[in-house]
Amino acid sequence: MADVAAPRLELEQAVKHFGAVHALDDGSITLRAGEAHALLGENGAGKSTLVKILGGVYRPDAGVLRIDGEATDFSGPAASRDAGVSIIFQEPSLFPDLSVAENIFMGRQPLAAGRRIDRRRMEREAHSIFDSLGVHIDPARPARGLSVADQQLVEIAKALSLNARVLVMDEPTAALTNVEVQRLFDVIVTLRERGAAVLFISHRLEEVFACCQRVTIMRDGRFVRTAPIEDVTIDDIIRSMVGRDLETLFPKSETTPKDVVLEVEGLSSVGVFDDISFTVRRGEIVALAGLVGAGRTEVARAIFGIDRYGAGSVRVGGRELPNGRPKAAMAAGVALVPEDRRQQGLVMDMSIDQNVALASLSRLSALGLIRHSSERRLATTWAEKLQVKYGRMRNTVSTLSGGNQQKVVLGKWLAREPQLLIIDEPTRGIDVGTKAEVHRLLDGLVAGGMAVLMISSELPEVLGMADRVIVLREGRVTAQLARAEATEDAVMRAATGQVAAA
Amino acid sequence: MTSDVVARPAPARSSGNGSSGNGVAHRLRSVLRWEAGLVVVLAAVLIYGSGESSTFLTGTTLFNLGYNVGYIAIMAMPMTFIVMTGEIDLSVASMLGLSGSMVGYLWHHGWGIWPAMLVAIVVGVVGGALNGFLVVRVGLPSIAVTIGSLTLYRGIAEILLGSQTIPAPNDRPFPTWFDNLGALGVAGSQLTWSTLFFLVFAVIFGVILHLTSLGRSLYAIGLQPEAAQFTGIRVARIKFWLYVASGVFCAFAGILLTAQNASVTYNAGTGLELNVVAMVLFGGVSIFGGRGTIPGVVLSIAIFATLQIALTDQNVDPNVQNIITGLLLLISVIVPNGGEALRRLRSRLRRPPRRR
Amino acid sequence: MTAGAIGREIDGRSWLVGLLRAREIGIVLLIAIVVIVTSVHNSHFLTANSVQQLLSGAAIVALLGVGETLVLVTRNVDLSVGSVLGLSAYVVGDLFKHEHIPVWSGFVIGIAVGMVCGAVNGLIVTALRVPSLVVTLGMLYVVRGVDSKIVNGNRIDPDAIPNSFTAVGYKNILGVPWLAVIVAIVVVVVGFVMRSMRSSRELYAIGSNPDAAALAGIPIGRRVFSAFVVSGGLAGLGGALFLALHAQIDNSGGTGYELTVVAAAVVGGVAIFGGSGSVVGAALGALLLNTVSQALVASRVSSFWNDAIAGGLLLCAIAFDRWLSLRVTRSLLSAERSTA
Repeated sequence: MADVAAPRLELEQAVKHFGAVHALDDGSITLRAGEAHALLGENGAGKSTLVKILGGVYRPDAGVLRIDGEATDFSGPAASRDAGVSIIFQEPSLFPDLSVAENIFMGRQPLAAGRRIDRRRMEREAHSIFDSLGVHIDPARPARGLSVADQQLVEIAKALSLNARVLVMDEPTAALTNVEVQRLFDVIVTLRERGAAVLFISHRLEEVFACCQRVTIMRDGRFVRTAPIEDVTIDDIIRSMVGRDLETLFPKSETTPKDVVLEVEGLSSVGVFDDISFTVRRGEIVALAGLVGAGRTEVARAIFGIDRYGAGSVRVGGRELPNGRPKAAMAAGVALVPEDRRQQGLVMDMSIDQNVALASLSRLSALGLIRHSSERRLATTWAEKLQVKYGRMRNTVSTLSGGNQQKVVLGKWLAREPQLLIIDEPTRGIDVGTKAEVHRLLDGLVAGGMAVLMISSELPEVLGMADRVIVLREGRVTAQLARAEATEDAVMRAATGQVAAA
Repeated sequence: MTSDVVARPAPARSSGNGSSGNGVAHRLRSVLRWEAGLVVVLAAVLIYGSGESSTFLTGTTLFNLGYNVGYIAIMAMPMTFIVMTGEIDLSVASMLGLSGSMVGYLWHHGWGIWPAMLVAIVVGVVGGALNGFLVVRVGLPSIAVTIGSLTLYRGIAEILLGSQTIPAPNDRPFPTWFDNLGALGVAGSQLTWSTLFFLVFAVIFGVILHLTSLGRSLYAIGLQPEAAQFTGIRVARIKFWLYVASGVFCAFAGILLTAQNASVTYNAGTGLELNVVAMVLFGGVSIFGGRGTIPGVVLSIAIFATLQIALTDQNVDPNVQNIITGLLLLISVIVPNGGEALRRLRSRLRRPPRRR
Repeated sequence: MTAGAIGREIDGRSWLVGLLRAREIGIVLLIAIVVIVTSVHNSHFLTANSVQQLLSGAAIVALLGVGETLVLVTRNVDLSVGSVLGLSAYVVGDLFKHEHIPVWSGFVIGIAVGMVCGAVNGLIVTALRVPSLVVTLGMLYVVRGVDSKIVNGNRIDPDAIPNSFTAVGYKNILGVPWLAVIVAIVVVVVGFVMRSMRSSRELYAIGSNPDAAALAGIPIGRRVFSAFVVSGGLAGLGGALFLALHAQIDNSGGTGYELTVVAAAVVGGVAIFGGSGSVVGAALGALLLNTVSQALVASRVSSFWNDAIAGGLLLCAIAFDRWLSLRVTRSLLSAERSTA
């Protein structure tokens, strides 16, 4: 399938710095027509910077970009598109009020006589693109309400309508169900058969092995190695990505769980999750595992009270929590470190100390008035404890790196001395070094008697950190595994609904 | 106020590893810079006014300030909070008119002044609650809702009074103490009751915004409503009660205006919502929410008020005053954005250096 | 992919179109209901004369509504239209009085005045990135002030205005007022452009998802600027028509129009947050509001109820919109789930 002509796209030793931050020091990749190429690396390895360079969003400070053998320079996203490169971002952004067909052809709608948009032709062409992909979406319907999987397909259709010869898919399967993932793989095969080069970025190694022919691994902003998929094993890959062995990443001390802190019984929310029951004790880490879309975050939100649930109960320390009242959950000693740090975990435009203090304001007030000195003291105490690297306390948190931002969120919640810490994707978007710190921290917390409910999509993290693993699939609990029984195989099977062998 | 297209200020660029510190040393300075700028402008206006007229810096001016602007300033206080949470309330002037009209209507029908005023305040509560309900519970955009309620409340005022002026020829005149509330200063001084009330409210609102956790919550709601919710802040509840408060304060202002004029017609205060918004925005409160201070708004009100008097003293056309109000409003939003625009222009003109 | 499936696909289109049409049809129905109910009480309501009044009374608001729609669709708002109307009306009137300009140029100048104001708005909004609510609010003041300054207490009286100009205000063609015909033509032309021209579809894209629009390379600044220029120009034309209709103008012309215009557009189905709505809808919204207020007069309900009802209607319209969009999303989502 790899052809002898020049590769579709070649990036050689691209460099991109943002001030003192080295996002990319050696970004190199070669994409060939007809090939699905996986780009692997931990968060912070430089993958998204590389993708943005390919998409014309960033211009590299150094390095060479070649399209079909010719050196080029993208002046912006339009230039990248014109060169035949299409990026399908993780969060597709369509125009919800416009039809699917119009989304595909915006700005290039086919015209009839008198420069009038020819809707029939537009829809017919959209149809034929969907047909060629083997999928089935009504081009006349509004884009609003499409599932993430379908939105992605519309983006792919858009790319094809632009005669994209390089398609970059950034974490495409993160929000897809099994069926949808399979459909996507079939589409990728079709794209390859049409001669496109596909760059597939994912954390899910099993998927990489299922659909890609070649692998490139990055670490700490640098190219590490590239090889045909047949020549590598999962261990090879992990070792290249991480630079060290798996075990040292997850320091896990032995703890004896004590009394029950959280009891969830029969929790249900129509269409989201059904009959969720489990407990979490003091001194243990319970992980909620499963594929994205399984409903784990929704369960956490329901427990904390952000969303109301339909049936069931949540008890903390023996007392039932009222439905849908975060304040009550907080008063009962529950803390939630949310999935989306930037939108939910922090107020980006507020200072570091204000963010740390945000959940503790009543404690820091006397006669209703906030004591700024106490606020500052709280913030510096926790910044120190968590070793947050910052310039000044009054800088906004947007100036911090992802890892340090996560520490601020943690500090905010730990300052309340909760009994139960719910943490959703604890190390997403964080560099490797800080990841280990966070894990050590969690370990220390449970050793000290806290109960931790952890949601994670990173299987190694789940397997490494959890005392018990609860697997969700499509809103239901499919397995509750003790640490010893929780193998990758067992968890994945429960997550994907496959019957265990024998 | 959801951002209008094209008008969202450019977000601080942050790649995965965080951007170089463009953070709040800058923002803190820009906040103080605005208030400091307002102080300068106020001083300039005072100098201009006293330069042109020897009687400018006297008690009479203070009285006139309060008379002209006191009741409007009172409405600006809850408006500040509402805009800080990213919403808006354009029905303020109509509620002003409606409450005054309610007082007039009841008075006309023989009610006592105190019950009439009480009912007017209740009307403020109900009107504010309606706004709050539609914005918060039903989830409608506040600009659309308050344009609707603006029309609705004015309409109800019209239904109540029609084309009458209360007290009508056959009515009892308002009680003397009531008229004096508007016509005379506090304890014979030059400080109008409306100014006194305004100052008290300003202190209360200022303390709340800058020193309490409720105030901090308002900033959080304006800057990042989702994160605020995740911290246990009851966003919906706070917004709802802010609208109720706005209704109450506007009703109160409506009573004061009635006292001041010693009469009321249904169209009292028509169009004043724009003045209120202008005062708040010129005070440095961002239309997007999450930024601004009470001292800034107070300064802004002072500027508007003294400017009006200074210009009137000079017999400057009230129309020119309108133009100036509009320009001040425009300035208050252009200046913060102008810096950004200039920066963008400069970077577009400066080509990036050729790569090797 | 069987033929049957494809057939079902293309049929799927009709329900979408139906949904889009529903709003406009709903308004026409409402208008019909109001007219019928009122004429039961007052048979004069359905006479030719009265219908002509309905049409010409709504015409100018409808015209401004068309321009406002373009702006609203991009997720902006133009609150200066009333003042621009007043300014343009006065300028044209003044030119008739003192310069005796030809009749046709009255319209051209009106439009030009409006376009200049629109361009200022557009420039500040796009180049300086200032929120349109604030810009047009400020402009409302500034233009009103400038207008009053120019007017300076004077008034243009009917004798200053040429008859052929005012003829547009009260004459009919084939029983339909010229005013309504002109506005209808504008509605049809602009409506066609909005539906079928690439650059206007980009307006919808900008309002529907501004970030995606930027990513897609749509020239947002240019498009939004044009929307404001058109809105201003139509407000200016409205000013000329206002002058023709009322045959006199002082400094209060057009005051308060802006809110009626926005209300008409929203009632007509234009989303206040952009992305959807049609100029036909806005025009029908204006017609509905005017019909309701005339119906009240005809029913001997005091005109004092006008504002209250308009306000109530507006609130109902936006609540209805919200309910509708929630229902649509829910039904689309469940359709997805059932086929997944």
